Amino acid sequence: MECRIRKKESPEPNILNQASPFPDEVLERVLGMVKSRKDRSSVSLVCKEWYNAERWSRRSVFIGNCYSVSPEILTRRFPNIRSVTLKGKPRFSDFNLVPANWGADIRSWLVVFADKYPLLEELRLKRMTVSDESLEFLALSFPYFKALSLLSCDGFSTDGLAAIATSCKNLTELDIQENGIDDKSGNWLSCFPESFTSLEVLNFANLPNDVNSDALEKLVSRCKSLKTLKVNRSVTLEQLQRLLVRAPQLCELGSGSFSEDDLTAQQYSEIESAFNNCKNLHTLSGLWDPAEQYLPLLYPACTNLTFFNLSYAPLDGDDLAKLLVHCPNLRRLWVVDTVEDKGLEAVGSHCPLLEELRVFPADPFEDEAIGHGVTESGFVALSRGCPRLHYVLYFCRQMTNAAVATVVQNCPDFTHFRLCIMNPGQPDYLTHEPMDEAFGAVVKTCSKLQRLAVSGLLTDLTFEYIGKYAKNLETLSVAFAGSSDWGMECVLRGCPKLRKLEIRDCPFGNAALLSGLERYESMRSLWMSDCKLTMNGCRLLAKEMPRLNVEVIKEEGCYEGPAQRVYVYRSVAGPRRDAPSFVLAHCGPHNARGSGKGSTTWSIVCTMQPYLVCYMRGYFQNL
Amino acid sequence: MSPPLEHDYIGLGEKPSMVGTSDNKISSSSLNFKETELRLGLPGCESPERKPAGASSGVSLFGKDLQEKKHGPLKSPVAAVGAKRGFSDAIDGSCGKWGFSVADGSEVELGKGAALFSPRGGNVGKPLVALETQTNTTPAINEVAMAHQSAKPAQEKNKQVDGTNEHASAPAAKAQVVGWPPIRSFRKNTMASNLTKNNDEAEGKPGFGCLYVKVSMDGAPYLRKVDLKTYKNYMEFSSALEKMFSCFTIGQCNSPGLPGKDGLSESSLRDLLHGSEYVLTYEDKDGDWMLVGDVPWEMFTDSCRRLRIMKGSEAIGLAPRAMEKSRSQN
Repeated sequence: MECRIRKKESPEPNILNQASPFPDEVLERVLGMVKSRKDRSSVSLVCKEWYNAERWSRRSVFIGNCYSVSPEILTRRFPNIRSVTLKGKPRFSDFNLVPANWGADIRSWLVVFADKYPLLEELRLKRMTVSDESLEFLALSFPYFKALSLLSCDGFSTDGLAAIATSCKNLTELDIQENGIDDKSGNWLSCFPESFTSLEVLNFANLPNDVNSDALEKLVSRCKSLKTLKVNRSVTLEQLQRLLVRAPQLCELGSGSFSEDDLTAQQYSEIESAFNNCKNLHTLSGLWDPAEQYLPLLYPACTNLTFFNLSYAPLDGDDLAKLLVHCPNLRRLWVVDTVEDKGLEAVGSHCPLLEELRVFPADPFEDEAIGHGVTESGFVALSRGCPRLHYVLYFCRQMTNAAVATVVQNCPDFTHFRLCIMNPGQPDYLTHEPMDEAFGAVVKTCSKLQRLAVSGLLTDLTFEYIGKYAKNLETLSVAFAGSSDWGMECVLRGCPKLRKLEIRDCPFGNAALLSGLERYESMRSLWMSDCKLTMNGCRLLAKEMPRLNVEVIKEEGCYEGPAQRVYVYRSVAGPRRDAPSFVLAHCGPHNARGSGKGSTTWSIVCTMQPYLVCYMRGYFQNL
Repeated sequence: MSPPLEHDYIGLGEKPSMVGTSDNKISSSSLNFKETELRLGLPGCESPERKPAGASSGVSLFGKDLQEKKHGPLKSPVAAVGAKRGFSDAIDGSCGKWGFSVADGSEVELGKGAALFSPRGGNVGKPLVALETQTNTTPAINEVAMAHQSAKPAQEKNKQVDGTNEHASAPAAKAQVVGWPPIRSFRKNTMASNLTKNNDEAEGKPGFGCLYVKVSMDGAPYLRKVDLKTYKNYMEFSSALEKMFSCFTIGQCNSPGLPGKDGLSESSLRDLLHGSEYVLTYEDKDGDWMLVGDVPWEMFTDSCRRLRIMKGSEAIGLAPRAMEKSRSQN
């Protein structure tokens, strides 16, 4: 905050400026080469000149919470942006914990961008609401638009995609992943004009309906720079072959269903040679319904593979082993737990360079728990063979403290450790003790840990360990864990780099919430659902920390009692104006949605540039 | 003579087994091998020996615990199939207080049974399982499991678990916890449809829409999968198999991995199969290899895990075992 005072007092044309050896253009040029977000934030703090040079030279901006800043503030500070990445809803909205129509609509951003960023080229959205009208607006407003990536978004249909295909003449990337999309028809693909050849990335793997395979083939034929092609399930093996022969330069391939009812010998060898000719493939995915007799077709393509996404392919351990023999260079592997421990042993045997493994459950709601999926022994076997493992996402039905301790001993470099024991509150199945020691081992051994998701039966001891040892932790996800407020207090007190904390179904109450008063402004957000918070606690938080937005998702008109879903985040934009009726937004000394004294404070903040610098500093760095 | 039917949420209500009845055997007509399976079930779940003796004693361990508001260890997830009434008794008795340890004076506004899970009012995204703790309606198994889980996090530390908690298995209805396990809808839906399309081969799951088992043939370069549910009897099944494997004979098929239309005709294959050359065998749930055709079709589909078209010479000695086995099961 001294920064703020200094800036207020320094006169406008200061001595430093005149003594600067570099003309602005040079400074801008040099600083323009700084790409890392963190570095750019640091650069902007050096002095006013550098701040200006940085803001004029910046071309891309990342906003981790779309409500932390407004499009007006953004465009005022950064006039020359070409690429915007925006994340909207809290992560738990992926799991249906956030009601529909919560917000995070891209529309208001696009309207401002159309005015201020006419040269906009890239838009990457995650968990935002995007309507077809917005997509149309996008397609028509930005003549130089190149790349659109939508991940886990909702609100649009294939009509919107058709608008993009029709009007974006310079499109290089169309990446549609895991969205709540209304697939009306596959005709959108045919909307790419005949003259259109610039596509480099096309990912429509998650669209359910058939696309016009003829149109797809022609598109692939004429886009010679196509590097990434991920088709959807409706594309058969035979169709895939026709695509592959037209695009042997592909680096990333998402196959379709990888099955075919009756392949002739001729067809088989054609596919074989098509795969043989794809010398540049480093990423393979799709394989929705893999027929095991056709898996050998992949073998020639596997040699240079670094990322194999089999998370939609329910293979068993033997089939996986046969595949992995051919994949010695694998760095990232995603599988379904149908491969079982046997499959993981094969991973340990054949993929010594593995850095990331994700195991998804085939049937998360299965009632016959025993004998299915992966267990602690698969985890241990894997860790023995893959010492470079640093990212794991592991869904299982049983785990032991000892196994986890062994795993982290074998792989001490974990940066992301996400363990999901699928039965909430389940103890170590051998000793029946809580899983505290498991996560204790993780945080003690893995000093580089950035992201942690805990599960199983956990007491406050787990959180004591986390607070004591996890000094680099940035993201923590907690569910059905802990014994008392103390647990959460330990984390808030002990983890200086914590940015995102998401908690559900834990016995943490107002005392815990309020113990983190000084932390929340250095964090992106806090989510607490089905804990023990009350409306009073939220009001108190909002009163003490007026620069935070404290939002409670509640039933209409219910201003008292338990606060079931609470979302707290820092913002320079004040309380959001688009909050739906089921979101009660606390801000400032008043309880209502940003009326009264609260908004006066906000307008002061918004108009005084120097103040803005310091808030923005923190926010843009850590958003 | 059959014992009263159990209210079974799965709908396999024809199961005649009950604790306390002496004839706890499977008659050959009600071919429900689920009952005979060795499963690590939980108190109150489907395994026959664990079912409560009768409706009135539906107050299972679970229900009892709630009523006593124990802060001690709740038994491991109790899928109290037979204890539904017990649960609702417990609910009324406990008035929505799930035994939270009230800590540090923070307001415990559990209010109207502010359960940990789904908010009432249902205005939160997809329909949730509303834990109406005040209702008297017979709750589904879902709520039983859920409610149990809701109490779990509040338990004291270092809880010891008693003997009934040896199993690591999950409650029957953990599906009903909103947003748990944390998997995106897209993936969830895809895997669900994968399951019905492409079910696992090791254990065909009765009750699902299909029953895929692997069929391997000695000498063939790869194996096939068949859905046993699509056939009604052995005739249909064997002719389908013949079509599938007609190209494969030892030394006659050169191109690997191809079901071709060339190769031996169907009739020759049938001759082969019914001659001394090949026999059709299957591995049942116990891991024994048996000859196909000895047992009734339904029994076969229920117990078959995978099939193997074996050379006749290797199948000697199977037949007698098969006969004995089916005799003992009858």
